[in-house]
Amino acid sequence: MSAVVAEHDDHHDHHDHGPEKGLLRWIITTNHKDIGTLYLVFALAMFFLGGAMALVIRAELFEPGLQFVEPQFFNSMTTMHALIMVFGAVMPAFVGLANWMIPLMIGAPDMALPRMNNMSFWLLVAGALMLASTLFMEGGAPASGWTLYPPLVLQTGAALPFAIFSVHLLGISSIMGAINIIATIFNMRAPGMTLMKMPLFVWTWLITAFLLIAIMPVFAGAVTMLLTDRFFDTSFFDAAGGGDPVLYQHIFWFFGHPEVYVMILPTFGVASTIIPVFARKPLFGYSSMVYATASIAFLSFIVWAHHMFTVGMPVAGELYFMYATMLIAIPTGVKVFNWTATMWKGSMTFETPMLFSIAFVVLFTMGGFTGLMMSVAPSDFQYHDTYFIVAHFHYTLVPASIFILMAAGYFWLPKWTGNMYDEKLGQLHFWLSAISVNVLFFPQHFLGLAGMPRRIPDYAVQFADWNMVSSIGAFVFGFSQLLFLYIVIKTIRGGTGEEVTSEVWEDASKHSLEWTLPSPLPYHTFTTPPKEIPTEHF
Amino acid sequence: MKKTKQLFASLFLMSLGLGTAQAEYTLNLRQGVTQISQEVYDLHMLILWICVLIGIAVFGTMFYSIYHHRKSKGHVASQFHESTKVEIIWTIIPTLILIGMAIPATKTMLDLDDVQDADMSIKVTGWQWKWEYEYLDNGIHFFSSLDEASNRARQLGSGIDPRSVPHYLLNVDHPLVVPVNTKIRFLFTAADVLHSWWVPDLGWKKDTIPGFINEAWTYVEKPGTYRGQCAELCGKDHGFMPIVVIAMEQGDYDAWVESQKAGAEVEKQQADKEWTTDELMAKGETVYANNCASCHMADGAGMEGTFPALTGSSVVTGDIDAQIELMYNGKGMMPAFGQMLSETEFAAVVTYTRNALGNSVGDSVQPAAIKSLKSSAPTDEEEDEDDEE
Repeated sequence: MSAVVAEHDDHHDHHDHGPEKGLLRWIITTNHKDIGTLYLVFALAMFFLGGAMALVIRAELFEPGLQFVEPQFFNSMTTMHALIMVFGAVMPAFVGLANWMIPLMIGAPDMALPRMNNMSFWLLVAGALMLASTLFMEGGAPASGWTLYPPLVLQTGAALPFAIFSVHLLGISSIMGAINIIATIFNMRAPGMTLMKMPLFVWTWLITAFLLIAIMPVFAGAVTMLLTDRFFDTSFFDAAGGGDPVLYQHIFWFFGHPEVYVMILPTFGVASTIIPVFARKPLFGYSSMVYATASIAFLSFIVWAHHMFTVGMPVAGELYFMYATMLIAIPTGVKVFNWTATMWKGSMTFETPMLFSIAFVVLFTMGGFTGLMMSVAPSDFQYHDTYFIVAHFHYTLVPASIFILMAAGYFWLPKWTGNMYDEKLGQLHFWLSAISVNVLFFPQHFLGLAGMPRRIPDYAVQFADWNMVSSIGAFVFGFSQLLFLYIVIKTIRGGTGEEVTSEVWEDASKHSLEWTLPSPLPYHTFTTPPKEIPTEHF
Repeated sequence: MKKTKQLFASLFLMSLGLGTAQAEYTLNLRQGVTQISQEVYDLHMLILWICVLIGIAVFGTMFYSIYHHRKSKGHVASQFHESTKVEIIWTIIPTLILIGMAIPATKTMLDLDDVQDADMSIKVTGWQWKWEYEYLDNGIHFFSSLDEASNRARQLGSGIDPRSVPHYLLNVDHPLVVPVNTKIRFLFTAADVLHSWWVPDLGWKKDTIPGFINEAWTYVEKPGTYRGQCAELCGKDHGFMPIVVIAMEQGDYDAWVESQKAGAEVEKQQADKEWTTDELMAKGETVYANNCASCHMADGAGMEGTFPALTGSSVVTGDIDAQIELMYNGKGMMPAFGQMLSETEFAAVVTYTRNALGNSVGDSVQPAAIKSLKSSAPTDEEEDEDDEE
């Protein structure tokens, strides 16, 4: 077990160069911790922007009839909500965590390519601002859904080329981030940190980074074909010129299915990091977790057309994509069983990060169940494009990815800032979120099964009651997140004033290297590699 | 507010397990009215129950552990962290369950796909934002859009309570009528963007794709009215293009076919008569409301950046033949109304736009003139016939 804690005391800091002073620090920084912070702050801001759009949607759907917005603007809201949450909030938040934690977890002084790291963050900001600016353009923001299906997307007004260019920028930013993560993990590990000793968060990000490099160029290609179809007289997606609108869907989902795993694999990694700490046990089945993650990543490339069961594929295609999709349940099941086995016979405590992680395991599994139901092609002929699928993917994103990001915040903020968050407020935030998120999304299963299509601004009166319940849940959930903002700011500004040890959580240094460093973390860490690697798995 | 109270009251009643409150709250998939929809429902229930059982097992174990294996109870953590045996077990059992699911799913999938030996065929074309139905066996052909009552109530700030409108947003002007106990093959395509034709009671939905034909089939045994909606986002009025299918006994269906044919005859004769401007204006107002107002707005002001204003428009106040030509063949997002409207409707709405909505050009066009345009311009149908020759 590790015993390096004592060596990292204050005297160590005198060797460090401190950060630049003032605002310039944040613009020119190449420090992985600063860039990690930038990503996380940016993601939180986008989370509130995307959330505000979601509340516009839920306000309009509170009652039947149109009360607040025109249908076209409603469609812009659903489109922008998704794009901002996916590309502005969830993905950048995980890149932020990767920046902060990967060097610390593998005993490296920084990311392998620190200047590119700075550039990929600022490209993200540029891309997101350009995307947001389309809201103010003639003809409005894109309103064709985040999938940008032609021919509808080609009816977008002045916003179309800007939306496409912003996708390019966000893609370049993601690819740079992914290259950096791979280079760091392969080249910067401390002596003794073999691949199979890496914390699972590092493993899941390594696999995610390969997914990103494989898929972002595909998406960039698809939207570029939209651009040439609209402005340069090509007919990739226009039957009148020999093209095929469904071709776009195949390309999009070849990107899109791995993309949803980009958002969930790092989630698995964080959950696998947090649960063992609070169960006071090593992670159960470490190597099977690694193999399951890799299997899920592989399968994600060969199941894309299950998003398109109703486009009129040949029956052999329907059957193949149904069988392949069902297979994903096996490695995903292994993960859920492993987390349960990790808790089994542990000595559990239930601080806020653990509460969010347990809620993640339970609610993500519910999203997995509905995913399994939808993998069955004939049933999907009913579920497809209804609120049933809206409920499904929100269960795999909100109480999964978002909850785990919250858990990560509570888990590592004391390490980052050296201050403890207010546990009572944290638990209040958890219970408000966990209850309201179910009030928000569970009734949407009923709506979808009863026949309510997705992406409609108004609905038949038999859908009124569950929509109202769902909207109430949405507002409670949305405003509860302001509490998270308050807790984070309060923690950065001193928190409870409680002394935070380098381990923060009991025996955490058995699990991962970051807990061997002092809290708050000095600006530079592991300028000399750690001497001992935690080896709980062997 | 009243509705909110009612809601909480119903939730309270439901929590007491009183059946009365449940009628309003649909929870599950519909069983539908065809053998296929029943098969899909059975498949849905099978997998739902499998998920529920797995859920009980996994969550049960987890919550047992959360309750008993906690530090506050003095539980000491054991340090086991792998077991090849259990890992193999919980890989193999799910695999077997999946195989058990795949077998009935494959059977239903093959049934859904079998469009052979249909007794009749109906071609369905998706338009922004209405459905076109063409009975390939007897030539009946019409468009089906949201009914007027729903359309009035659904406008932003209409002040009409949707609950006062029968079948709000699920009612159309011309429903699709089909006979029961007949295997009907549907051919799907679209005129502009993607749509998806979905009637939950039939058990499936199918995308309509411009330039391509998709197939599906149904066999309804029970007469009745079955309602659905477009399921693929198709622009701003995606939520306002419902589908209504009325299944009738064969005798009633035959009578309906006759009445449709007679109606088409009357429509033809109307096109030959001389219409006064007032008659055209009166008819044009209705046609405008049903076909044009959703984009160009009820007052002709359009939507900046997307849909041009008609008030003072150079097309509408300019050469009448140029306007007719543009409306007839369409342009960009503007559909080709030559195919969609009858001669009378077309002439009426041209006349209306030129003399209402703040315009006062003063001229008009007769249905007969549109009719001669139709016979001179090669239509799609004639082209198709050429191909067959």
